Amino acid sequence: MAGDAVIDTRPGPDGTLVIRLAGHWSLRAGLPSTRAIEDALARGPKPSAVAFDAKDLTAWDSAAVTIVERIGRLCAGVGVDVRSEDLPDGLKRILALADAVPEKEGARVSDAEPPWLVRLGMWGLAAADGARAAIAFVGEATLSFARLVRGQANFRRGDLALIIQECGAQALPIVTLINFLVGLIIAFVGAVQLQKFGAGIYVADLVAIVTVRELGCIMTGIIMAGRTGSGFAAQLGTMNVNQEIEAFSTMGVPPMDFLVLPRVLALSLMMPLLCCYADLIGILGGAVVGINMLGQSATQYWVETRGSIGLLDVGLGIGKSAVFGVLVALAGCLRGMTSGRDAAAVGEAATSAVVLGIVWIIVTDGIFALLTNLLGI
Amino acid sequence: MAARGEPHITVKALTMAFGEFVVMHDLDFTIRQGDIFFIMGGSGGGKSTLFRHMIGLNEPARGSVWYGATNFTAASPDERDVLRRTFGVLFQGSALWSAMTLAENVGLPLGEFTDLAPAEIREVADLKLALVGLRGFEDHFPSEISGGMQKRAGLARAIALDPDVLFLDEPSAGLDPISSKLLDDLILSLRDSLGATVVMVSHELPSIFGIGDDCIFLDTEVRTMTAHGNPRELRDHPPHPNVHRFLTRGADERPGGAAP
Repeated sequence: MAGDAVIDTRPGPDGTLVIRLAGHWSLRAGLPSTRAIEDALARGPKPSAVAFDAKDLTAWDSAAVTIVERIGRLCAGVGVDVRSEDLPDGLKRILALADAVPEKEGARVSDAEPPWLVRLGMWGLAAADGARAAIAFVGEATLSFARLVRGQANFRRGDLALIIQECGAQALPIVTLINFLVGLIIAFVGAVQLQKFGAGIYVADLVAIVTVRELGCIMTGIIMAGRTGSGFAAQLGTMNVNQEIEAFSTMGVPPMDFLVLPRVLALSLMMPLLCCYADLIGILGGAVVGINMLGQSATQYWVETRGSIGLLDVGLGIGKSAVFGVLVALAGCLRGMTSGRDAAAVGEAATSAVVLGIVWIIVTDGIFALLTNLLGI
Repeated sequence: MAARGEPHITVKALTMAFGEFVVMHDLDFTIRQGDIFFIMGGSGGGKSTLFRHMIGLNEPARGSVWYGATNFTAASPDERDVLRRTFGVLFQGSALWSAMTLAENVGLPLGEFTDLAPAEIREVADLKLALVGLRGFEDHFPSEISGGMQKRAGLARAIALDPDVLFLDEPSAGLDPISSKLLDDLILSLRDSLGATVVMVSHELPSIFGIGDDCIFLDTEVRTMTAHGNPRELRDHPPHPNVHRFLTRGADERPGGAAP
């Protein structure tokens, strides 16, 4: 469909082909078909040249330009000259403009997909680059931390306080909700099994050990990876897009000290506190099930809990949480600082910060499990 | 579309403010169909704010903007959308969609508002990119090309639907003088061939004198417009000392300075 646009052909003098453009041409109405011209050029006797007749063209826009360009390409393909002198002046100017800047040699990208071996190789190289960047980043962060210990690292104390507030107090609601429910669920699932052989009283032990040693710190770590690690990545990634990070470097302020250090510090200080709180909330969640479903008294539940865990268990969980805090912050900052420079890249950085943070948490927790097993803690 | 020279855009008693802070007050001017109209003024003087008011991104504190006989300020969201489809806008930062190739950027409005087939959309998008001198870069992403090329790609997207009004916010900022001249030629050719009205925010004097038909000067000191007319006439007969200073780059004030 093409509104009122008319395009047809007639033989002209000296074996030329005259293409008549007439009527009202509008892009919004669509492009008319050029099939007849394509056929005439491909099958019929080759015309000596192609000319235009635009006397009846009442109005035109890019639709006409597009079609004339297409005819030009078709003619060039079969080696026929195009005489465009009878086109409206404005149209000729636009056509001249389109051809004013020749295509840059080698600019066009090929969209052909490389063979799988090449892709595998490129993937491997990219992975190696990523690993090298991560190791370099951790190294730089360590040096930066060494400067902090020697009192040479510079960052604004106000920034640190703000980040501590963001990843500490403001995380309490979600930490409360998740850990309370996890405690509740473990107690519930445990109660169903333990009650079968009359060991319902041990629900308290189960909840206490699992929460304090593992789930308190893991769940809090994963929550922080999701809400704070991704936030770090998005914030630093956007700063990277705006060249703000380069602005720090050129002023001789190490971005590592100024941006990464306060974030790592804040999270590694706040995570143990959050974990401690999460342990309490998780046990509280278990107690709700113990008291309401199993009919235990609060004292009974408390005594049982006290008996099952020692300071070592609590310390282990809290110690691990500090490590997780460092890992989550490093993952977020790493992905943010090395992110690409457009909106999609910042999104990818945030996503991959969360994934990397969670992977690091789980792997590290596995290593801890192995070590504590060997050491008999 | 109205005939060349007839009133196209009318700004009536427009006052722009952010809360209590008045940016500019009592702007009154008419832009004629087919004119290349410049909004001039010092930095931070509300040029871009006026631009945003004209395309409806900011709401006037008082006054109205009219397109032909339609009151854009009082129009319903649907009416505004209809009118906006006849606009082509190039933002200061190009605002290309970074997750799409250049051809996809230019093709998106074509796909949304015409019945063209995908192959035809690609053909038109290629043509528009060729017009701005980006033949061969159709499958590049915005992050893979230079800032000047991004500007031109943004212009290609703005002219995708052959707009009635082309709004350009500092199109030649950050371009070298030759690219800037080519851009002026392009704007002139587009206006001449498609009959669009062009509204431009700029302080590139060579552009203003070269292709401007009409302009207003926003004065940051008195917070309103102090000049309206053909830029070359304003240069020769400035109605206000600030206009003279702006159009001669303050040449008279420098000791030993001479007018260019």
